[in-house]
Formats: sequence, structure tokens, C-alpha cells
Amino acid sequence: MLSAMACVMPSIPASVEAPPGVVPPLLELTGLTVRYATPAGPVTVSREVSLEVAPGECLGIVGESGAGKSQTFLAALGLLAANGRVSGSARFDGTELLSLSPRALDRIRGAGIGMVFQDPMTSLTPHLTVGDQLIEVIMRHRRLGRAAARRRALELLVHVQLTDAARRMQQYSHELSGGMRQRVMIAIALSGEPRLLIADEPTTALDVTVQAQILALLAALKREHAMAMVLITHDFGAVAGVADRVAVMRAGSVVEVGTAAQVLTAPREAYTRELLAATQPLAPCAPPARRGAPTLILEGVAVDFAVGRGWLRRRGRLSALRDVSLELAAGESLGVVGESGGGKSTLARAVLSLRRPSRGRVVWMGRELTQLPPADLRALRGELQMIFQDPLGSLDPRMTVGEIVAEPLAVHRLQLPRAARRAAVAAQLERVELPPALIDRYPHELSGGECQRVGIARAMIVEPKLLVCDEPVSALDGPTQRQIVALLERLRRESGVSLILVSHNLALVQRLCDRVLVLYLGRMMELAPAGVLGGAPRHPYTRELLAAVPLADPGLQPGRLRLTRPGEPPSPLEPPSGCVYRTRCPHALERCATEVPAWEDAGAGERVACHRWRELL
Amino acid sequence: MLSYALRRIAVAVPTLLIIITLSFGIVRLAPGGPFDQEQTLNPAVRANLDRLYGFDRPLLVQYSRYLAALAHGDFGPSLSERDFSVTELISQGLPLSVTLGLAAIFLAILVGIPTGVLAALARGRSPDYLVSALAALGIALPTFVTGPALALFFGLYLGWLPVAGWQPGAPRYLVLPVVTLAIPVAAYLARLMRASLLEVLRAPYVRSARARGLGELRVLWRHALRPALLPVVSYLGPAVAFVVTGSLVIETVFGLPGTGRYLVQGAINRDYPLVMGMIIVYAAFTLTLNLAADLLYGWLDPRARRE
Amino acid sequence: MPHGLWRAAARRLRGDRIACMALALIAAIALLASFAPLLTPWSYDSLDWQHLAQPPGTTAAHWFGTDRLGRDLFVRTLLGIRLSLLISLAASALSVGIGLTWGALAGFAGGRTDEWMMRFVDVLYSLPYLFIVIILSTLLGRGSIGVLLLAIGAIGWLTTARIVHGQTLALKERGFVEAARATGLTGPAILLRHIVPNLAGTVVVYATLTVPQMILFESFLSFLGLGVQEPHASLGNLINAGAQEMESAPWMLLTPAIFLVLLLVCLNALGDGLRDALDPRER
Repeated sequence: MLSAMACVMPSIPASVEAPPGVVPPLLELTGLTVRYATPAGPVTVSREVSLEVAPGECLGIVGESGAGKSQTFLAALGLLAANGRVSGSARFDGTELLSLSPRALDRIRGAGIGMVFQDPMTSLTPHLTVGDQLIEVIMRHRRLGRAAARRRALELLVHVQLTDAARRMQQYSHELSGGMRQRVMIAIALSGEPRLLIADEPTTALDVTVQAQILALLAALKREHAMAMVLITHDFGAVAGVADRVAVMRAGSVVEVGTAAQVLTAPREAYTRELLAATQPLAPCAPPARRGAPTLILEGVAVDFAVGRGWLRRRGRLSALRDVSLELAAGESLGVVGESGGGKSTLARAVLSLRRPSRGRVVWMGRELTQLPPADLRALRGELQMIFQDPLGSLDPRMTVGEIVAEPLAVHRLQLPRAARRAAVAAQLERVELPPALIDRYPHELSGGECQRVGIARAMIVEPKLLVCDEPVSALDGPTQRQIVALLERLRRESGVSLILVSHNLALVQRLCDRVLVLYLGRMMELAPAGVLGGAPRHPYTRELLAAVPLADPGLQPGRLRLTRPGEPPSPLEPPSGCVYRTRCPHALERCATEVPAWEDAGAGERVACHRWRELL
Repeated sequence: MLSYALRRIAVAVPTLLIIITLSFGIVRLAPGGPFDQEQTLNPAVRANLDRLYGFDRPLLVQYSRYLAALAHGDFGPSLSERDFSVTELISQGLPLSVTLGLAAIFLAILVGIPTGVLAALARGRSPDYLVSALAALGIALPTFVTGPALALFFGLYLGWLPVAGWQPGAPRYLVLPVVTLAIPVAAYLARLMRASLLEVLRAPYVRSARARGLGELRVLWRHALRPALLPVVSYLGPAVAFVVTGSLVIETVFGLPGTGRYLVQGAINRDYPLVMGMIIVYAAFTLTLNLAADLLYGWLDPRARRE
Repeated sequence: MPHGLWRAAARRLRGDRIACMALALIAAIALLASFAPLLTPWSYDSLDWQHLAQPPGTTAAHWFGTDRLGRDLFVRTLLGIRLSLLISLAASALSVGIGLTWGALAGFAGGRTDEWMMRFVDVLYSLPYLFIVIILSTLLGRGSIGVLLLAIGAIGWLTTARIVHGQTLALKERGFVEAARATGLTGPAILLRHIVPNLAGTVVVYATLTVPQMILFESFLSFLGLGVQEPHASLGNLINAGAQEMESAPWMLLTPAIFLVLLLVCLNALGDGLRDALDPRER
């Protein structure tokens, strides 16, 4: 139970200097405890939490999921679910929030304290337009007439850097991209002109470049409005650029509190150190001595989706993947990075022929997968296996772990008597570091990490030669991510399986992969050995990606945030002509709009698709 | 919204056509003809009758002639009530049946939906339990039991309302029939509304709306109610079908001269034109109300429109 | 079939007192209907000229009283329950069977096949089915139990098909179906081994809720004179006869009506309880 000092002199240049003398905290939580009444008994999610936020300062709250970070602040605002109970004290500007009448609390919500929630898709009302939701809050808290409120709404949307704001006002949340929705949420939270903004995991569901934009926006807003902020996140890099002070929470309690510099560079607690260690960039693994003959060859693979069904509708075509060609040797590992809509998952499925390419060839061990009859293709699947993004969802909830892992054996005609089957399953479970006792458990009884290990065991039991991993750890917590990556690494070393790793997490890919392919809107941008890509990328998009990855360094991160470029990724339905990246590229020329850049050899195993790569060094 | 409406209408029209064709097929192809029930006829007389009514022509010709007549609103002559055409028979009874059906639906909506909302808001407390229990009962009781029971109680015992029968211009004769028909629908709507609203109130965007300080009433009215109504609106289609078939029983129990009796009578007497006319009218009614429900759904949920 | 999940559901069901009471009551009624008629010397059509239209409690020989023709209502009511239950159970099985197959196949096949199969369901759904049933039973012979079964069962599958179709679509999107494809399972194998077991919960619930609907259908038809014919007894035609005698002999209506209502309420309660047990979320 730690309590912070009442008066803190911020040491980060990005924040407002506090005036001398004692300043009363804007938000003061004392001994806040949150309990839920469940059929299995009461569950405590927050224990005796005591924190303070001074006016104009940003407090970052970091911790793993389930640490009680969000629940604490939801409780202070009276937003808990029906079976939640709060005790303790939460004072805002001197007023005790927990004992307020609902009407008084409503006056503070929105006007005193604004809140931004984690998943903008589900946090915006689906049947009201953006404009309606914004105007409603403005009229409520600012007491303006409708016309004046509409003008103000437009101003706010422009202020949060939402492009084409007038048109967006008429649209519904499902018509906007993730980044746009989050900006709308921020605009709504700002419309009451609150003195404190609570942002609950505002960037978690977003692409890395959009994350950087939103964080930069929050930092800018804090500066311009001298607004206090609470930034809740599991990502140290996110707090490093915006927060003045940082609190670390674990299992409902505050473990450590201090200035950002102090907590991030010289943490006192072992837990904090452990969490920080999980964010450090990993050293890339050593590339294999030499590459053998390619086992997997893709030539000009393209995947199109038909969009818009129904007789009266035109059928559009969405080009999810265009002109992808690559080779993979036995035992080699290839990483595929890019943002959502970039075509990574489509590529993963095209390789395994889970989604037939519309054009091009996929050749495995000399056999063209696209031309095989279905029975032969199914038989080949013993050599080609996949790990999926949703660990729990990829396991049949009605089957035990043992049945799940044993299923591939039955499919590929390795019929074994029952005892031998169980033994084989047990052996695989050990191989993925799971206790054999789990063999009779059901997926919903396992944690996310355990589920993913089961998925790996299921894939490895038939000793595949190629393993395609589609975002295998993005749904897991930091430390668990590391464990699974280490497991994959070990398996690769031991069995010599080739690996294709699809991920938006550059650090992860650099650790595990020999070479990395960068995709943007389904086109190849750059292909290079992992070390080279991380150190000296040639393509402007790769550089943008690297610059957007948040670093847990309070000295560097604020500056990096200020360099973030605005701009939304274009819709995959209307890709830009010529080089698809040109709309976001700071180096674009006229030529980039008319000519598609060729896939050129840049030496040392590198390939780039850019007209200007020679000049941009 | 307009293109969504057009699309929905475009689906409804072929459906009606298919229904017409199907009923034509079933009725025509079933064994036995309208004249088989009576004493065995002299074959010559039989042939004359067949020619008169056009039964000797090939099926396809009969079908196209039927369709052509339909376009003029002519359902053909009734074979059992020789003095009347089907159109006349149906229009005699249709106003009453339609009134019965529509009134029942409106009553059910008027009672069921607010009750469901109240039950959801009073969750876990006694009003909720009361509503849930009553709703369970209302769903389980068949109309041909509640009808006579209500008639017994309010008609015979209390004498407030007439037990059965009909007098034009005297709406009190319709009270018990409408209430009886409305009870199961109201009960189901209440349950559905309650469950749906409870679900919506747990949604993240409702919490988000609360966090904006809009006040609980406004959050409920503007943010929660519309999505909560979606499953209820979806149910309106089946509800209409229920009311349409249920009115048959109600008319029998309460002795109302609507169109229901013509169906049974026509089926028993193999009066093809009558049966087909009934089916088509009822189907058109159902389809129209289904269409209205679909359009309402599209208005409520912007996401449905883009499909 | 894995036991762990069913056992957990059974435990939850046991804790649901209303559902348990409903189950007990249904079992009691079923037992009564199966064995109690053995206790009386009367059969369903034997006439007792001594006691015509006697209310219950007036004679020791007839516990539920008699009807206009002097037939014992105790036997007739219980036999009526038996017949109604048998018909509705058989019709439920038929309709759930057809609906499950149709919905799962359509949902799994996807694309054009799915569209046409479900459009077929939509068209049939908007047909005033009761009318078709009326026509069918009239034309194919009234009172034939087989035809009645066919007519009722063949209509009820539509709702089941829709529900199963929706569930199948949702299941198809789940990761483990794609994982099964990646493992190399054939389509039918995925359907049988992964999709159908995950549908089991929904199907059980809907089967339980379909039985009361079937009882209602059958009663409807018998009430209109198109279902079970005299002198056989079903709850429907007993209520019909009772409604006509309502003013002078109310017990003729009340006894079968009470049993019908009890059965329907209990079956619905049981179905609700099963649904909550198999998919526990806050009510």
C-alpha cells in the first residue's frame, strides 16, 4: 500500500510545470477497494488502491490484464456492473464521488471527468451517427442550442485530427476505421471540457502507426488544454511518451509509483523490472549458415474477394493480395509484417491453400498446391500446419485436450491403439511444456498461454515440415508472449521445421525470423534479413513502422511521438494507383502515382519495391 | 434506406407468386374433386360441370387463367356457395377478421413491450418476478382454453361482456376475442423485451453513454431502447403468423362471422377457388406485415441496411 | 460425447428449483397416464347409462365424472394425455430431426446452396401452414394418426432449421473449424465431429420447447375437428367437447384444460431451465 507524494515536480519537458507550493490533487483515491459478487463467491479486483493525480499532470497506470487498472477508475465514476461493490474514497476536486447522488454524479461525468474506452467499435452507440452522439453531449454540458452545438462538434472533430470531419458527422461508427472511431471517442470525451481525462487502453485495438498517432494526439491535447490525464495501458512504451508519473499495478494492488523517468529507467520493484524486461527488443537469432533449395515457392500469388452480394448490387472486387512471390528453404523462417488490411493473414492462408489464390502458383516440394485434387491436398496437410490467432477459439470447446491433440493422427491415417495414442499425446504435451495431467481437461479450463501450447502440440504431433503462425501471441500478455516465442524457437531448433510467422509485432518477428517481408495493402514492400531490416530499412514504410513502435524510454519517446505523421491508411477497396504507399509517403513523386515500382534486388539478400530506394539512405 | 426497402419489396413479390403457385398445385393435384362428395354424378353432367368451371383444360392453362383473373381481383366463383363468388364471400368477412388481427397485435405491443421494459429495469425485484411468471403462463395457455375461460368468467359469471356472437357496430363483442388472441403474443413480447433490454444494458456502449453524464433516462431512451427492440421487431413476423392462424380458432370459439370459417368449410367441401382465395389473402396479409416489420428493423439498425 | 460439460449442466439444472419441479410434475403426469387407466374397469368408449353427465365426486365409480354419453372422464382424460404426449413426442422427434439436418447442411454448405435452402424455408414459413395442414388432413383422410404426425412434424421443422442454421453459421466462423480444415479433415467429418456436437445444446433446448408446441398444434387440429377423431380421446377434442358444454357441465372442460395447461407450463419451464443450464448467463 503505497501513497504518492502530494506535490510532484514533473521532470519530463513535455508536461506543464507545477506552480510552487502545495497544490491539492485533482483526483484522489484512498483505500479504494472493488469487489464483485459472483456465484462462486466474492472476487476482489482492486485492493486498497491509493493514487493521486495533480491538475495538469498525466498519471500512467501500467499492469497486465486483470490487474484491476480499469476497474478502479470505473468504480470511482460509478460505472461498475450491477454486482460490483466499492468501498474507500474517491475525491474529485474535493468532492467525494462515491457518495454523490446519481444526478450530481451525472454532472461530473463528462463535464468534470471525461472517459475514453478501450474498444471504440463497441463503445460507440451503433445506431446513432457520430454527429448525433457528439452534439448530444455538447448540448447537455455546454448548454448550447443545436446549431451552435453542431458547429462546436465540427470544431472538435477537426481538433482531434479527424479527416473529412463534415462527412464523418453523418456516418455511423461501423463505417469508420479503428483510428477514426477512437478520435471520435476522444472528441466526445473532450466536448464537456473536462478537467480530467481517463483513457482506458485507448490504443490496444489499433495498428501500430495509428497507435502512435493517437498517443501523439493525447500528448498534444494534454499540453494545449493543461488537462490532467490518467492513461491506463499494459504497454510501457505508451506511457513513456505521455505520462509524468507512472503507477504499476498487479492483482489489484499498486506495486510501485513514481515519476516516469524513475519507474521506467530505475524501477525499485522486481515485478516492475520483470514487466519492463518483457518489452525490451529482442536480439535477433542467428541466421542459418546457408540456405538450401527452396521447399516453398510462391509466384505472383493474388487473392481477390468478391464484395457486395445480392442481385441488385454491383459486385466489387477487393484485392487482398497482389503479386506476391517468395521462396522459403527447409528450416528457414520468414516473418510477414504489416498492418491490419495489409494481407498478412490472407497470405498465411493462401500458402496453405486454406484460401485458394485467385492467380499465381503455390508450389510445395515441387507439387503445385493449387492444382491438386482435394484428397491429395488433404493428405499433404500433414506436412503443412498452422497456429491461429485466437488460442481459445481455435480449440473445439466440446473436446478434451487429449482428443484435440490426437485428432491429426486419426486424419493422417496414423491409426494407433488407444494406449499408444495417449502416449503420443502425452509426449507432445511434454514437448510444449504442459503437464500431462491436462490431457483430460477442457479448453475453457486453461489459460490463454496454455491453450496456445495445445494448439502448437496439435500442429506438431504430425511432425510437419512447415508451420505457419498467424499472430500466435497477439492475444496474450507480455510475459506469456515471451514464453511462447521461446517455445517456438526451441521447436524450430530441435525439429528443423520451416516457419512463416505473421505478426504486426516487429520485435517478435525480428527475434524468431531469418528474413522479414513487409506488406502494405497486400503488396510486397520490402524483404530483407531480420538484422538488416531492423537496423537499416530501405523502404519508407518500413521506416514508418519502426518509428511508430513505442519505446519504454521516457527520454526518447516524447520526441518520437512529436514526429508522428498524420494520415489514414487508404481503403483496400480503392487502393492508390501506382505505388500504393504513396499517399502516406513523405518522399512521393509524380512517378509514384503512375508507375508501380518493380521488385528490385538491393544486394545482400534484400529486395525493395520503391522508385527512390537508392537515394533514401 | 431506400435501396434496402426496394430490395425487401423485390423479395416479397416473388414469394407471393410462389405461394400462389404452390397452393394452386397442392389444391389441384390432391385426389378428389369438388363434385366427388355428392352423389355419384352422371358422367355427362360431370363433363358439363367440368367444362363450365374449366377443369377439363390442361393445368397450365388453368393456372394462367387463374393468374389473369387474380390481377383483376377476381378469385373465381365459389363451388360450395353457388350463389356467391369467392371475392364476395371473402369481402364479407374480411373486415372483421382484419380488425380482429390488427387490434390483437396492437394490444399485444401496447401491453407487452412496456411491461418487458419495466421488468428489465426492476430486475431481481418483485415486479420482475411477477411479470416473468405471468408471461410464462400467458405463453403456455392455448387460446382455445383461455377463450372459453374468459368467456365463462367475464360473460357468464360477471356478465360484463357478451359471451359470443357479433353485432355490427358493437365493439364490445370484440373485446374478449381480441384480448384472448393478444395474450400469448403480449406474453412473449414481454419476455423477449426484458431479455433483450437486459442484454443491451450490459453493452459497452451503454456504459460509455453513462460516462458522458447524459443521465440514466436519456441513456435508456436514446441509446439502449432502439437496439433492444431489434429482436422484438424480428419476432413481429412470427407474431403476425400466429395471430392469423389463431384468429381461426378465436372466430370459432366466439362465433364471429369472419373469414376463418370459410377456410375450414372450403377445405372440407373441396371448394378450390375458395380455399385458394383464402390462402392468398392470408399470405398477402402476412407478407405485408412481415415487410413492414423488416422495414422497421432496417430503420432501427443501420448496420442491417448495407447487407 | 464428452461427459464433463453435460455433468456441469446437470448440476446447474439441479439447482434450478422451478425446472426440477416441472420435471417432477411431468414425470408424475406421464406415469399417471401410462398406468392409472389400469385402475378402473372402464375403457375410453364404454358407456355407463346409469351415470350420464355426472360431475366429479358424485359417484365412486367415476373419479372425474362422466360426459354426456356416460363415458368415464378419468380414463378418457388420461388416455387423451397419453395420446397427445405420444403424438407430440413423435412429431417433435421428426421435426427436430429434419430441422437439424436441413439447417446444419445449409449453414455448413454456404454459398448458393445455403441461399436456396434457406429461401425455401422462408417461403414455407410465410405460407399459412395451418391451412396447408388443414387441407392435407382433409384430403388425405381425417383421423389417420400417421397423417396427423406427418402434417404436424413436417411443419415444425422450419423454426428448428432456422435456429440451427444461425448457430451453424456462427460456429463456422469459430477458429476451431478452420483449424480442423487445416488439419486436413473432410467437410462431412468437420460437420459431424465438430459442428454437430456443438449444436447439441441448442438442439436439446429446442426439442424440449418443441414438444409443448406440438401438443398445441395437435390440440388445435383436434379442436377444429381435423385431428384425433371420436371416439378416441385427445386433450384437444376433449376440450372441444367440453367447451360446447361449458355452461351446463363445466367439469368437462376444466379437467382436460387443467392437464393441458399444466403440461404446457411445465414443459416450457423445463425447456427454459435447460437453456439456462446449458448456456449460463445472468438471467
